[in-house]
Amino acid sequence: MEKFTTFTGIAAPLERSNVDTDQIIPAVYLKRVTKTGFEDALFAGWRQDPEFVLNRAPFQGASVLVAGPDFGTGSSREHAVWALRDFGFRAVLSSRFGDIFRGNSSKQGLLAAQVEEADIAKVWAAIEANPGVEVTINLEERSVRVSDLTVGFSIDDYTRWRLMEGLDDIALTLRNEHKITEFEARRQSWRPQTLPVK
Amino acid sequence: MTEQIAVDVRPRTLAEKVWDDHVVVRGEDGNPDLIYIDLHLVHEVTSPQAFDGLRLAGRPLRRVDLTIATEDHNTPTLNIDRQIADPTSRIQIETLRTNAAEFGVRLHSLGDKEQGIVHVVGPQLGLTMPGITVVCGDSHTSTHGAFGAMAFGIGTSEVEHVMATQTLPLKPFKTMAIRVEGELRPGVTAKDIILAVIAKIGTGGGQGYVLEFCGSAIRSLSMEGRMTICNMSIEAGARAGMVAPDEVTFEYVRGRDHAPTGADWDEAVAYWKTLPTDEGAVFDAEVFLDATDLEPFVTWGTNPGQGVLLSEPVPHPAEMSDPNERAAAERALEYMGLIAGTPMKDIPVDTVFLGSCTNSRIEDLRAAAEVVRGKKKADNVRMLVVPGSARVRLEAEAEGLDQIFQDFGAEWRFAGCSMCLGMNPDQLAPGERCASTSNRNFEGRQGKGGRTHLVSPLVAAATAIRGTLSSPWDLQNDASQGITHDAQDTSTAEREAAL
Ligand code: SF4
Repeated sequence: MEKFTTFTGIAAPLERSNVDTDQIIPAVYLKRVTKTGFEDALFAGWRQDPEFVLNRAPFQGASVLVAGPDFGTGSSREHAVWALRDFGFRAVLSSRFGDIFRGNSSKQGLLAAQVEEADIAKVWAAIEANPGVEVTINLEERSVRVSDLTVGFSIDDYTRWRLMEGLDDIALTLRNEHKITEFEARRQSWRPQTLPVK
Repeated sequence: MTEQIAVDVRPRTLAEKVWDDHVVVRGEDGNPDLIYIDLHLVHEVTSPQAFDGLRLAGRPLRRVDLTIATEDHNTPTLNIDRQIADPTSRIQIETLRTNAAEFGVRLHSLGDKEQGIVHVVGPQLGLTMPGITVVCGDSHTSTHGAFGAMAFGIGTSEVEHVMATQTLPLKPFKTMAIRVEGELRPGVTAKDIILAVIAKIGTGGGQGYVLEFCGSAIRSLSMEGRMTICNMSIEAGARAGMVAPDEVTFEYVRGRDHAPTGADWDEAVAYWKTLPTDEGAVFDAEVFLDATDLEPFVTWGTNPGQGVLLSEPVPHPAEMSDPNERAAAERALEYMGLIAGTPMKDIPVDTVFLGSCTNSRIEDLRAAAEVVRGKKKADNVRMLVVPGSARVRLEAEAEGLDQIFQDFGAEWRFAGCSMCLGMNPDQLAPGERCASTSNRNFEGRQGKGGRTHLVSPLVAAATAIRGTLSSPWDLQNDASQGITHDAQDTSTAEREAAL
């Protein structure tokens, strides 16, 4: 997982609330066998519309999504995070997130930054005044800067630490790799081995 | 130091012992323990993204020698030598083949002698054994707990985690003892026990728990029966089910391809004998079931907790005190096309499915074959017999079971999950009703609009003969009234009619 300390990119406003995981990625895309290549599936139901924000010129290359409240509610599908990530998003700002979505995000290095609803409105206004404007997210300071506006966001300490260190669950476990190796050295020889017997 | 000793002598449950022996790093302050995984089973549906994740991160699969893959969910049960017709199924299976080859994972492909349902393959190879941890991206991994292993299903991110580290960060589960005492009557089986347990504690009753099945009724079961019971622990909401290992377990494991041998065997058995729950160990919850008065059980609704004795009628939702339960029952009856008060035995079925990781082992096939031997199938019923693995199929053929089923009028198929979830072409048509030996009767599980009644292999067989939900007891009743259902009689009658 890439380390996340500060990040600057184009912000796209998604001025809707309750964007559930079925909207983020419809079920039909779950039959795929890959964990990547979901960029076309992101908001598939809305992308038909040429006026949809991510289809408009300055926002096609957006990497920060600024959404209304209750983003990522609904099913547990990790595909929702994969789709956002594959499209190029590194962060989503919202005043409230679905719990499981937030957990899944942290596994994939996508920052789910919780910003006060009033501040989200200010960020939207700043983007509207200057479409294509870049925002800078500082995870260490827990702040978002756009033009001359700076607002704070909240994120729990453990997730912040993991993102700043670029640690996914696997990387975290591998910090104990020597202990795993020690354990394996003690593992009794009667325990199963799958490779063909002869 | 004294504290350490006190911890070591505290009486522990089977689950706690297996857990403790797999802690790589003990989690502090409510953090999860890091648990070592002895055996990772893989199939085509939940593995592709995990392999992809490894590739993306440039990580190797840490222990290919503790990993084994098989094709089961999507595989056809007819014409297995031809290309798989459905492109999504074909791609999932081809992806598993490519991934297994790239990462060096042992794979049993369609057509291979060891191919079959992942939970049938592990035990038959002797890979599943007491005192180990087993995971798979599949909820019915609980099956392997029958050996006294700690076995549970995991999600795709966890599959990747195990592939990369051979461990999982986990918080300890609570423990629940399910004590089943008494002798089962002939015609009553392990399947009836577990259906009765789920009806008793509900589909959420086991949430957060590892269930330990104990008591004389469990001890007297074969390994196949114990697997049936642990398989369906998940249907009670539990993370896992377990049975303490004993001589029955050791005898089952002994001599299998991957079973320990020589000094390893002796060491293993000595250790396995230390695993049963200590006298005085405390469970977080306990449930008791009397097996003596148990009868063949059957579900009437759309979750495995909605079940009754086969001798009972379809229940009346109006009599249910819990409003949620009542609403669920009303919805279920509508979906199932059933009227409250109808005797379960009067319900005709279109299909009988003998298969799935719950009941497709050789013992299940033998038991059902014994019932249908020399009998004639009800005309309006089709019966699918799907062995759990290619090896079970071969064993059954060596014993002539295939012939018994085919003479009876059943279809003898190749191994796989098949109509348990209908990811392959084996599906119910909308409105069709099925007596199924599988584990889930959810809406649409066996095909869109299909209606499922969960039953034991004996009930499945008797139902195929009589055409309505029936048990071997009904066949006995019929016999006492001179109705034999014999194939011979019918053909004689037909011959006479033809003259
Ligand atoms: S037989 Fe059914 S329950 Fe068992 S693994 Fe296959 S699909 Fe799952």
